[in-house]
Amino acid sequence: MLKKLALAGVVSLMGTTAWSACAFENQTEVKMLSAGFEAWKAVADAMSECGNVQAELDQEFRTKQPAAFEANPSLYHIGGVSNGTLTPLLNAGTIRPLDDLVEKYGQNLQPNQLIRIDGKIMAIAMMVNTQHLMYREDLLAENGIEVPTTWDEVYAAAAKLKEAGIEVPLGATMKSGWNLAQEFVNMYPGHGGTFFADDNSAVVNNEAGMAALETMKAALDYTDPEVLVSDSTYVQQQFQQGKIAMANLWASRGGAMNDEAESQVVGKVKSASAPLAMDGGAPATTLWWDGIVIAANISDEEADAAFRVAMEGLDEEMVKGANDAAIWLVKGYEPTEMAQGAIATATANPAPPAYPSTVRMGLMHTALGNELPAYLTGERDAAATLAAIEEAYSTSAKEAGILE
Amino acid sequence: MNKKTFAAFVGPSVFMMFIFIALPLVSVFFESFKITQPIVEQQEVETCTPGFIGQTCVTEVKTVPVLDENGKTVTQTEWVGLQSYRNVLQLDKVGDAISSGNWGDILQIDFWKALRFTLMFTLLTLPLVLVVGLSLALAVNNAVRAVRGPVIFISLLPFIITPVIGSLAIYWLFVGDGILTSLLERWTQTNISMFAQAWTIELLMYFFRVWNNAPFAFVIFYAGLQTVNMDTLESAVIDGASRWERLRHVIIPHLMPLIIFISIIHLMDVYRVFEEIVGFRSQAHVISLQWLTYDFLVPDDAGNRAISRASASAMLTMIGIVILLIWPLRRTWLDHKGGAH
Repeated sequence: MLKKLALAGVVSLMGTTAWSACAFENQTEVKMLSAGFEAWKAVADAMSECGNVQAELDQEFRTKQPAAFEANPSLYHIGGVSNGTLTPLLNAGTIRPLDDLVEKYGQNLQPNQLIRIDGKIMAIAMMVNTQHLMYREDLLAENGIEVPTTWDEVYAAAAKLKEAGIEVPLGATMKSGWNLAQEFVNMYPGHGGTFFADDNSAVVNNEAGMAALETMKAALDYTDPEVLVSDSTYVQQQFQQGKIAMANLWASRGGAMNDEAESQVVGKVKSASAPLAMDGGAPATTLWWDGIVIAANISDEEADAAFRVAMEGLDEEMVKGANDAAIWLVKGYEPTEMAQGAIATATANPAPPAYPSTVRMGLMHTALGNELPAYLTGERDAAATLAAIEEAYSTSAKEAGILE
Repeated sequence: MNKKTFAAFVGPSVFMMFIFIALPLVSVFFESFKITQPIVEQQEVETCTPGFIGQTCVTEVKTVPVLDENGKTVTQTEWVGLQSYRNVLQLDKVGDAISSGNWGDILQIDFWKALRFTLMFTLLTLPLVLVVGLSLALAVNNAVRAVRGPVIFISLLPFIITPVIGSLAIYWLFVGDGILTSLLERWTQTNISMFAQAWTIELLMYFFRVWNNAPFAFVIFYAGLQTVNMDTLESAVIDGASRWERLRHVIIPHLMPLIIFISIIHLMDVYRVFEEIVGFRSQAHVISLQWLTYDFLVPDDAGNRAISRASASAMLTMIGIVILLIWPLRRTWLDHKGGAH
């Protein structure tokens, strides 16, 4: 997912990055590999203040990280991860528990930031992200439309906007592959579905699955015809160019809407909670976080230095300098107006689930990404598509050895 | 050339080919019959996620790989015979589709969908590239000497552009808000979406590949045209052969070995079509065999890759190329044998 967010790097708020001095002089060489979006740039800059820090901000980090951390000694000391990309590192045992380091140097961390897995602190979160509704306040007001709270309302609003002459009222991150699969991962639990049975087999061929597919397909009446190639960046640009009025888009893209250098709709885009898929359900979306991990295959001294440097990168001054770059979990963050949607989403009751990153979910995500397009292009009906998803998943799960 | 000199010249190349082509190929061949899996166990794990007020923690049973005392994942490798090939080919589904009479269903299976496109793409672009390349070569050959240089340079340009870059350029020109699309839309007053349906995407792919590969054929043909026997041509003119007859009976037979050569290179090259799929983001509508292999290999967020199926798919791609090449190779061989006597 970071890859998608990464392109949000366009959110250029760099001018405001604080250049605070580091509290200590770092003597040990520290290397970091993370995604390259704006928030990471701010963090990397703040870390560099301490000296001897090499930060590699790379969009392909998620393919590189597992192998790089498996080397002994590890090629990087600090890794930037999200809850989606943490799993391979955790499973391979290439990142270390941080409890003692947090005790030594983590006085400024919020309890919220400590990612505990089985009681041990394995990562420090710095920001949260989620897909939520972004909309053109002016267009909705002009047409007398209330801010939609459910997908039915979104489509009703879209229909009204289309009648009012807006050709493409809706944007959607439905690029076939990862993005499209993520849409289903949002929509299916939103309809009350669960992905797996206890024995790791897939169970998506049910009513919730059908409902999720129907809700997704309903969007096609209001989106660009080329929606199956449209990723987060494309939707962001559609917003910036004033082409669309609504989209369920990543919170990390919010800053770009008010970037005067790129956006023609500065101040007109607002955010609200992710729409509900069914009454009484959770918003149809997933919660994500980004943060740092420390490699296991390095000496304790190096880990010590790396963690101290990371703490400097995640301090209050950094956040003050880059307040709009992300929805920070770090002390000192002042939520912007654009952050309201994400906050409403995360505090909804019932709350949406965190992205369920596991080995089987990785396989499921791939199966979804490959099988869903045939349904949306009309080549295959809903039931056959759900059956195909289960089948594709079971083939790869057997190959991966997690299903008998 | 004596044997020693020959060996000295060929040796390094053979050595490199052995290391970088033969060995990986053998390894992929064996890999396609094996499956390597981590040993996994069920573990109850509590995972916490930050929210805005506090954290939400969920306890769930996760399947996680077992680590040995050195912290390495424990894996086991099993010989599974043709299982990976079965997983890729999905012959049972093909059988179902045939017995139920829904032939179209076959094309919903990834491998067959990819094969359909790959074969069609390879076989349709071949004559197009040959015709365009030969026409360019003839045109340049008959052009005034002064303009030949610039014309050759311009014709070669598409060939210089890396296919990935070229396909991205085409994508950006023709996507919904691309320059060309916007121009065409203003002109025709209709909404044009080149990437919304399979046939327009495929059309662009054909166009791109011919545009990209024709210069190669052109250069080879142009060189070949310089060696056409002038006496034969002149006597053909004296005998009253028309331009077309000269082309048909003198030039093309003379260029035949080159036509076969270009065909072989083209078949090998285009059967591995990949850049267009990635560049045009066409996965929803059109996929190729090479892309399928790539898709198996790319790790997902949880770090899984389907190495065995990727190997099987790579072997199948290679078998496909070999089958395609049998005819032209056999012909070259026969020509060669004929020429030797």
